[in-house]
Amino acid sequence: MSTTTTDLENEIAGLTGTHGGHDDAHHGPQKGLLRWVKTTNHKDIGTLYLWFAFIMLLVGGAMAMVIRAELFQPGLQLVEPQFFNQMTTLHGLIMVFGAIMPAFVGLANWQIPLMIGAKDMALPRMNNWSFWILPFAGAMLLSTMFMKGGGPAFGWTFYAPLSTTFAPESTDFFIFAIHMLGFSSIMGAINVIATIMNMRAPGMKLMDMPLFVWTWLITAFLLIAAMPVLAGAVTMMLTDRNFGTSFFDAAGGGDPVLFQHIFWFFGHPEVYIMILPAFGVISQIIPTFARKPLFGYSSMVYATASIALLSFAVWAHHMFLTGMPVAGQMYFMYATIMISVPTGVKVFNWVTTMWRGSISFETPMLWAVAFVILFTIGGFSGLMLGIAPADIQYHDTYFVVAHFHYVLVTGALFSIIAAVFYWLPKWCGRMYNEKLSKIHFWWAVISVNVLFFPQHFLGLAGMPRRIPDYSLQFADFNMISSIGGFAFGASFLLLTYIIVDCIRNGEPVKEARVWESAKGLEWTVPTPAPYHTFDEPPEKALILSESSHIHHVSELAGATAK
Amino acid sequence: MQSRQDYYVPEGSYWPILGSVGMASLLGGFASSLHGHTAGITAMILGFGIILFMVFGWIGQVVHESEAGKYNLQVDRSFRMGMGWFIFSEVMFFGAFFGALFYVRQFAVPWLGGAGNNQFTGEVLWPQFKAVWPLLNMPLPDNYTVPKGIIDAWKVPAINTMVLLTSGATITWAHWALVNNKRNQLIGGLIATIVLGIIFLGLQVLEYGEAYNHLDLKLTSGIYGSTFFMLTGFHGLHVTLGTIMLIVILMRAIRGHFNKDRHFGFEAVAWYWHFVDVVWLGLFITVYWL
Repeated sequence: MSTTTTDLENEIAGLTGTHGGHDDAHHGPQKGLLRWVKTTNHKDIGTLYLWFAFIMLLVGGAMAMVIRAELFQPGLQLVEPQFFNQMTTLHGLIMVFGAIMPAFVGLANWQIPLMIGAKDMALPRMNNWSFWILPFAGAMLLSTMFMKGGGPAFGWTFYAPLSTTFAPESTDFFIFAIHMLGFSSIMGAINVIATIMNMRAPGMKLMDMPLFVWTWLITAFLLIAAMPVLAGAVTMMLTDRNFGTSFFDAAGGGDPVLFQHIFWFFGHPEVYIMILPAFGVISQIIPTFARKPLFGYSSMVYATASIALLSFAVWAHHMFLTGMPVAGQMYFMYATIMISVPTGVKVFNWVTTMWRGSISFETPMLWAVAFVILFTIGGFSGLMLGIAPADIQYHDTYFVVAHFHYVLVTGALFSIIAAVFYWLPKWCGRMYNEKLSKIHFWWAVISVNVLFFPQHFLGLAGMPRRIPDYSLQFADFNMISSIGGFAFGASFLLLTYIIVDCIRNGEPVKEARVWESAKGLEWTVPTPAPYHTFDEPPEKALILSESSHIHHVSELAGATAK
Repeated sequence: MQSRQDYYVPEGSYWPILGSVGMASLLGGFASSLHGHTAGITAMILGFGIILFMVFGWIGQVVHESEAGKYNLQVDRSFRMGMGWFIFSEVMFFGAFFGALFYVRQFAVPWLGGAGNNQFTGEVLWPQFKAVWPLLNMPLPDNYTVPKGIIDAWKVPAINTMVLLTSGATITWAHWALVNNKRNQLIGGLIATIVLGIIFLGLQVLEYGEAYNHLDLKLTSGIYGSTFFMLTGFHGLHVTLGTIMLIVILMRAIRGHFNKDRHFGFEAVAWYWHFVDVVWLGLFITVYWL
């Protein structure tokens, strides 16, 4: 009611040219570059995150191209081993901390307020800071490559003593870059929790929330619990390197294996930080294009929560070869394999949602279906790695590389691409080129399998990871993998074109509900989404009728809401 | 009545970007100063100054907005959640260091002494090494400062425990005063808490002096010194921050800020103080006493 009054006043003020100017909340964005520096708007900040992540994806991808080029043939071909190691290290760090995590935070910024009917994030100024730390941290991380002794070359897991006693000077810059990235993630996560818990439309109960919101709520908890532990680990590294402590030095009574325990106490929740929001995205997309409510909504919520809790109790399955007691190996093996139960629940729920649906395969759905199939392959190879005696064979081979690229590339990254195709028309009010996008999809999905599937065979045959040269028996599969890698890398040039083309020349979309069968509050606001949305929270009836998981109410409340 | 449209969304702000510049300058400067670049120290000081300016400016603006009545109860709830989860993240940060301490005491040091299936570690690497805690003799003592002894838990640390526990009581006393509109008692309680915090810090400095000058117990004293100084040092840093925050709250209380219903700033600092208190109890038991 009061919004209409304000709108009217604004209109009168606009006509008479006597605008008070204090009521900027109803204006569009400020002009120029400063808009992006100062912004407190969740949509602006979401856009910043997504572009930052995309640039970092291309940087990290270029490093992957160097790796695959060197491995195209056996023998040292293009780069020095030391530089090769810097490439594997920085590729991993940039993809994890620069591309995947910020991309999901960008999606959270754009979508969570729209999906819960909130006018913005709970702590908008802090939201700005969470983003604006990233370019500085990213620059600090990348600058290490140009320092004396080169950048970090000890692998993205930076195990001591490689990262303490034997590391280059630039490692201290790397440490502080990690501190800054962690600080940014923690603030971002606090904001997500406060937004979801405090900013929901009054009629929206927790079990009314879309699954993307649920998965992000749980992810935010994981971030707040895990990132400080990483900060602790790099702090101990810093003092071991510079101030004479001996946390990771057995000569002083410490233990290098202690580093691995602390790192993986962070690292294992971290892998779920990168996959739970992906589960959320897929759970939004599949019901839309299968034209059925999500199957097993509450089991999805409980499965997500159990995965999150279990993730803190399985870390040492990354360390079966550190000589831990057999009882420890047994415990971590069984706990790890337990995670496949809630994960299986999710996969079956997605399949069941599609079962007998009237499925259409627009680009977001293609990516979502590819996610379900290929992520499951990554899940199965994860089960193999989780078996302690088998892991003795697989540990630190290309089998591990294949496994985590199936879950992180065809899992996390595919879900981000799916999410961008799904929500981009809503964000910019233009439709992407469907035909080109489908060509891109098939190009990427075939090449990514050519890239990563042979790495399973390489690993089972015993090819170690993080090695620039290899025995001749691995030559054929490496060449195939590299060809797939170059093709997959090139597919991102097409993706860049598709996205830029959509934003600049795409067919304008007028319908609020971009996808006819999509449910969710984000589809009730105009297209493109206005700068400010949900100044008035949506009504309970609308929330229920827009639920993508409630069966019986959907028709009923849809009628009453009209 | 609370109205949702009233949720305060601030205008664009320069504080965050300033904070990022300060942070990059401070940490980048620190890293380069570690490798003998004197310009690094300048950058560090500059960055620290920028961060101080940013923190005071930003928080000053928040206090100003709060006093201008721009925050409704929903905003207040966001702040509460923010502070609560921030403290949780701090708990996890300390958790990493406590975890390191427990791991070293339970596993690493006994294993170095040949426990479990590690008897060759002891015999082949450092046969003269005895696994005891507190670990005064490292496996390879030449590389480290060998301490003569450790801090006795029942001297200064026990007094410090009493000091911090008392300060937890005085801040609660101040909170009661605030809720019952007794402004003088609020100010008195805050001053008492600050004084106790400063006494605690003073005693910690004395204790560090004793450790460094008389006991040769240093950061470089193997894993015992590492865990001891990193845990108590980070705790001391947090007490310092908490004391500064209490001083800000005292100034605000003197200026008449806060009332019995709306005093998030006070409560946030009180939570933080209790958190620092609980961490100390963990330190006293696992670092000094046992």
